[in-house]
Amino acid sequence: MSTTATAAGVSPKRGIWGGGNEPLKASYGKLMMWFFLLSDIFTFAAFLVAYAAIRVSYPGYAGPEEAFIGSNEYWPIPELVFDAIPFFHGVHIPLAFVGLMTFILIMSSVTMVLAVEAGHRNDRNDVVKWLLWTLLGGITFLSCQAWEWSHFIHGTEGGSMLTYVNRMGQVVTETVYGANLFVNEYGPVAFAQLFFFITGFHGFHVTIGVFLLFLAFYQAAVGVYERRGHYEMVEKIGLYWHFVDLVWVFVFTFFYLI
Amino acid sequence: MATANTATNSAAAHDHHDHEHHDNFITKYIFTTDHKMIGKQFLITGMLWAFIGGLMSVIFRLQLGFPDMNLEWLRPLLGGWITADGALDPEFYLALVTMHGTIMVFFVLTAGLSGTFSNFLIPLQIGARDMASGFMNMLSYWFFFVSSVIMFISLFIESGPASGGWVVYPPLSALEQAMPGSGLGMTLWLIAMTFFIASSLLGGINYITTVINLRTKGMSFSRLPLTIWAFFLTAIIGLLSFPVLFSAALLLVFDRSFGTSFYLSDIYIGGEALPNTGGSPVLYQHLFWFLGHPEVYIVLLPALGITSEIIATNSRKPIFGYKAMVISMLGITILSFVVWAHHMFVSGMNPFLGSIFMFLTLIIAIPSAVKVFNYLTTLWRGNLIFTPGMLFSIGLVSFFISGGLTGIFLGNSAIDIQLHDTYFVVAHFHLVMGSASFFGLMAGVYHWFPKMFGRMMDARLGYVHFWLTFIGVYLVFFPMHYIGIAGFPRRYYSWTTFEFTNMYTDLNMFVSVAAIITFAAQLIFVFNFFYSMYRGRVATLNPWRSNTLEWTTPLHPGHGNWPGEIPTVYRWPYDYSKPGAEEDYIPQTVPLSATPESNLPHEQELVKLEKEIIADEEADLVANEARQV
Repeated sequence: MSTTATAAGVSPKRGIWGGGNEPLKASYGKLMMWFFLLSDIFTFAAFLVAYAAIRVSYPGYAGPEEAFIGSNEYWPIPELVFDAIPFFHGVHIPLAFVGLMTFILIMSSVTMVLAVEAGHRNDRNDVVKWLLWTLLGGITFLSCQAWEWSHFIHGTEGGSMLTYVNRMGQVVTETVYGANLFVNEYGPVAFAQLFFFITGFHGFHVTIGVFLLFLAFYQAAVGVYERRGHYEMVEKIGLYWHFVDLVWVFVFTFFYLI
Repeated sequence: MATANTATNSAAAHDHHDHEHHDNFITKYIFTTDHKMIGKQFLITGMLWAFIGGLMSVIFRLQLGFPDMNLEWLRPLLGGWITADGALDPEFYLALVTMHGTIMVFFVLTAGLSGTFSNFLIPLQIGARDMASGFMNMLSYWFFFVSSVIMFISLFIESGPASGGWVVYPPLSALEQAMPGSGLGMTLWLIAMTFFIASSLLGGINYITTVINLRTKGMSFSRLPLTIWAFFLTAIIGLLSFPVLFSAALLLVFDRSFGTSFYLSDIYIGGEALPNTGGSPVLYQHLFWFLGHPEVYIVLLPALGITSEIIATNSRKPIFGYKAMVISMLGITILSFVVWAHHMFVSGMNPFLGSIFMFLTLIIAIPSAVKVFNYLTTLWRGNLIFTPGMLFSIGLVSFFISGGLTGIFLGNSAIDIQLHDTYFVVAHFHLVMGSASFFGLMAGVYHWFPKMFGRMMDARLGYVHFWLTFIGVYLVFFPMHYIGIAGFPRRYYSWTTFEFTNMYTDLNMFVSVAAIITFAAQLIFVFNFFYSMYRGRVATLNPWRSNTLEWTTPLHPGHGNWPGEIPTVYRWPYDYSKPGAEEDYIPQTVPLSATPESNLPHEQELVKLEKEIIADEEADLVANEARQV
């Protein structure tokens, strides 16, 4: 139905908002993606506001950095929580691994741009190539996140001595290793809950993005878009992918830098 | 009609595809992608929900008005919710008010109103074949349907539906052990609302995109009917506020089911400490009301848009202050996002912050008043035609005024300390948002019924329905102001047992009787609706002699709305009773060049441009035809 509303046969004298054309020079599909992303911004914003509200209700760690120990009395220093890196057991390299993850995700945005650009040239081989790189970037990011989660869950060798109310409603004092939704070796349990919830929700978005990318990769590879005559689907998925990357920048800032 | 115009139409006939598909029952009535049928699906589902929601209010009004009444006769319907001595179970009372609120706000006045008329009218009034994505539109309805089914099922489970109030504040809603309704009922509530949000998102994205991209030639934003402006802005509000409810609900789901404590901290139940620490229930209130307040305008704006259209048509006058109407709707849209904390004045909020929200809240009175004055000045000295739709529209204006005035009281953070959570609030929002929007819905049904079903609704039954409902609504809600000022809190099973409040027993009884009569009066509408659908007088093509595009379609428009080319628009939709014109209305499809006798000076100047445009587009068509031959 909607294909009938093209700009063909519309006088330029009507002006761009005069009806009968696409005033934003975007197809309905692309507009819908934009508006969906606009609403998704509000979803993430709500989560980050929740994070901020809970974060400010705790004092930050005030002592010297060398003397830091995890406690549910104050918010931890992220550099001391996220300082591990695969294959370098026990080495203190703050934020290097998450920095790498972030770099990979941002690079996958770059390859996405290249895929979209190749789509504008109707260059099937290039689209397929760059989509594959983007796909790899996305999968690598998710794998890194899985390692990051797993390390966070298993915790350090020393653990932390914490006093807290356990799930049976008893106040206990014990050495805690790692973090879950009920107790957190590194700091307040709220820190772990927010970390799992928000990075998990973001990871869920990335997972959907990976599925979409795979779809686009497959359809581009078998020539669906070539027969269709345009690569707009790649563009729409590209919008989503850039958005997911952009959100990560905010999530990263909140959890790792502040 | 102008000669130039007919030439355009005849030349255009060749590239028209036959839009009459031969659908089977399933693709026509069930999994349809036709916006008109989807609109009707929303309407019928909304009516079912309105019946259920209304019935619930009657049941709890029985308890409030006649606390000693033996309700044994309700046992076949309510079963164990009637206690052994024939009274209503107090827990079930809470479930009733919760579900009444949820159903009316979301399922009736959001889906039933916005879903019906945005779907039905947007393509018809902007001149489009259908929504931008018919498939997503279909999904939108079926997500709503799934949501409805889940919510409906929750009414029948043993522990009862959600009962923590329609706002489902934690910790009451977060802890299963807090009350029976916080168990499975609450879980189902959250699942249903998730589907509902997905539905409203799919619908909203579609509405916005359709209005931007699919307007017919000449339908600039300044020529959009105010209905479309209202639906457009409603969709934007929904797009930006529903995701925040989604976030709030998802965090609540984690608190309920996965042991997190985003909203929970330092809670003892039965002397035993819960492990939850670090969260804040006020955080939930902020997130909820960031949706909750815009939701008021999601409910109200479509009704105001419908009213603008109907009042202008039936006053046979252009709407007074078209631009002021648009600007005030824009103002309401923006302001609706910055006033949410006026629902939380007594939540322990910093009084200074309270005064900021009070200031912002009171500013909303300005665009609202602009709209009211514009309705009144449109009516002023018009050639009023009191169709049922018109009466309901005027009723809306009346409720909007009387309910809006009490909003000024409640918006003051100091006065709100006394009035918060009393029946004064109930009276306020039932008038300004509940009844006003409901009247907008009714007005819309009476007005567009001929376009929906090709037949007229019976006007006389419509008048009876209107007067009973209009008077009934005031009889129900006006006394509540007094009850509220006296200090009656909402949501209580029983409050007349105290010495200082038992003198209000009579008034409560009065309200309950009025509520039952008003509810019964709706059956007249239901009869009229279904009877007229099959037996009503067959409508003429343009029964209200209206200007907008939907009346240029055939009596039963097929999928695609217009056989042949979509009409082009040459003027705004409110050329009623234009001096010099032959008729008292000039449809949007009549070019300015065809009406030199009624053109205003600045329009006469536009005639030249219009002719050039028509010539341009004709040349284009001829070139097209030549290429194809």
